[in-house]
Amino acid sequence: MQRNLNHALFTALMTFVVSFPLLGIDLVTDGSSLTIEATSVTTYYYMTAAIVIVFLFQLFRESILSVFSSVPKLRLPIHLYSDLPQSRRNRFENWFTLVVVIVALVWPFVVSRGSIDLATLVLIYVMLGLGLNIVVGLAGLLDLGYVAFYAVGAYSYALLSEYFGLSFWVALPIGGLMAAFFGFILGFPVLRLRGDYLAIVTLGFGEIIRILLNNLTSLTGGPNGIGGIPKPTLFGMEFGRRVKEEGNTLFHEVFGIAYDSTYKVIFLYLLAVLLVLFTIFVIRRLVRMPVGRAWEALREDEIACRSLGLNRTIIKLSAFTIGAAFAGFAGCFFAARQGFISPESFTFIESAIILAIVVLGGMGSQMGVILAAIAMTVLPELAREFQEYRMLMFGLMMVLMMIWRPQGLLPSKRPHLELADVK
Amino acid sequence: MSNSPNTPHRNLLSVSDLTMQFGGLIAVNGVSLSVNDGQIVSIIGPNGAGKTTVFNCLSGFYRPTGGTINFLGEEIQALPDFKISRKGMVRTFQHVRLFNSMTVIENLLVAQHRHVNTNLISGLFKSRSYKELEAKAMYRAEYWLDKVQLTKYANWEAGNLSYGQQRRLEIARCMVTEPQLLLLDEPAAGLNPKETKDLDNLIVSLKADYHVSVLLIEHDMSLVMGISDRIYVINQGQPLASGTPDQIRNNPDVIKAYLGEA
Repeated sequence: MQRNLNHALFTALMTFVVSFPLLGIDLVTDGSSLTIEATSVTTYYYMTAAIVIVFLFQLFRESILSVFSSVPKLRLPIHLYSDLPQSRRNRFENWFTLVVVIVALVWPFVVSRGSIDLATLVLIYVMLGLGLNIVVGLAGLLDLGYVAFYAVGAYSYALLSEYFGLSFWVALPIGGLMAAFFGFILGFPVLRLRGDYLAIVTLGFGEIIRILLNNLTSLTGGPNGIGGIPKPTLFGMEFGRRVKEEGNTLFHEVFGIAYDSTYKVIFLYLLAVLLVLFTIFVIRRLVRMPVGRAWEALREDEIACRSLGLNRTIIKLSAFTIGAAFAGFAGCFFAARQGFISPESFTFIESAIILAIVVLGGMGSQMGVILAAIAMTVLPELAREFQEYRMLMFGLMMVLMMIWRPQGLLPSKRPHLELADVK
Repeated sequence: MSNSPNTPHRNLLSVSDLTMQFGGLIAVNGVSLSVNDGQIVSIIGPNGAGKTTVFNCLSGFYRPTGGTINFLGEEIQALPDFKISRKGMVRTFQHVRLFNSMTVIENLLVAQHRHVNTNLISGLFKSRSYKELEAKAMYRAEYWLDKVQLTKYANWEAGNLSYGQQRRLEIARCMVTEPQLLLLDEPAAGLNPKETKDLDNLIVSLKADYHVSVLLIEHDMSLVMGISDRIYVINQGQPLASGTPDQIRNNPDVIKAYLGEA
């Protein structure tokens, strides 16, 4: 009891120390100088109430927490799903995938334009999350500069279309290759690094790319960015009101329908769906291929890998390169969708969000990453009035996740390989 | 017990004057040894004698500061670790190193990385050679699972196996790489007498049925004396003695090194 009392007094004091300077005083401009004034009395009441609550909670912590622990554990649908046997899980997963794809295809025709736009954004993050999942979730290499490859992809398309007039479809593979090339370049110096050191170097790499783009004014336009990036076309059909590119036709004219700007949004959305499906397909395959197994083995035990004749240099480089390529595709699409890009879009916080998606979803799990990408993109949009608390909410969500579900929403499960004659 | 009568005495591994120096510390000093085809050779010595350092030099984890290592007629002391294991010399570790969160069968598939088609394009499109090689890898994995009696645990995560099973899986994981020489670092450590007996049978069968030579570090003397064709004794990094189990058992220097001065 004595210890609890001391602890409670201390935490109450800390609550005061933290809350008073932040909430208890106001800075008021008085001519050219600032003066400090006390805030309204109600704020003080709230503060006092908070301090009392913290004090009482800490004082009776054990009894309060024991009440909580006696409540039966929540059985979320996610838990039920994780407990399913493998065969039923597979069947469920197949059905689920089918339903999701159908919903995704029907989606743009039934919801508002804003929702389609949001869904397109979600799909970009899904692609980024899946790509980073290769590096972080599978190969276990903590990459805090993933946004750099996203930027490389976006700028590849923007610059190629500005200087060489290349179309989106030509630039898409080039953007992916460019990002992959940068992934390869980054891969070399960091091969020997692990954990914290690797995180710092990749963080630095992300910043270098952003600052480079910011200062290479003659080429990239610096902070002004690049505008007027052409939208993707569908077999030479443009979705604008008037033809911009020589030799192209207009979508609404070809089909003989009235012009509607929604067609463009729907087209972009469906294009994103296509890219995401491609990403999912390729990565699903990769994971079951020797290189996917090697990535995971390298994450598990590097020394054992070396002793078995696995060349860790090639394996790590392949993870970096392939992961970066998907960011390049996503970047290309992002540039085409926005029509305008600037280094502003590729700050560290983007890397952090993508990483949060991977961690939240469950390292190495594709379905988890997709769910997390939806959660991380849609929730802030829904809670627009809490915009300023967005980061606070992210932080809170992360802390709660780490306490209650450190393995992520849907942790990856090992694929069961069928043996010919297991009894 | 000397060399098996039916095997030709082709020299597999010969190490001469191996020296490994860490700064001022000489961990291994002038160790020489040789392993012939179809032999089981043991390295024994007190704790800290430098046995594992010898293994680390042989398997390329350390680059020796002196001496030569000749494997299959080729000097390998400057090769990187993964190349040495691809040449057919594969090791286990004193503390089991499995891929714990991967399944048992996946552990065996990873080990066959160099036997399967790692080309990304043929993997993505499931080309015929890719499928054939994957099927072969699967077959080899199944075969060795059965051999070490782990078939029913095939889809378990390796980390959930008992210690004895993990030891066996580690050996199976080496064997699927189809090595010529197996380096086992204290394979019996932490095993109960029955498991040690099984291990003994397994090692003998590796030699008899698969013509794999074994270089063994072990403290369990009954195991060492029972299966070795030749024994090398190392003490404080220096070679102390070598010979058949009988010669070693009666060597006064060896007894002194193990039991201390009388």
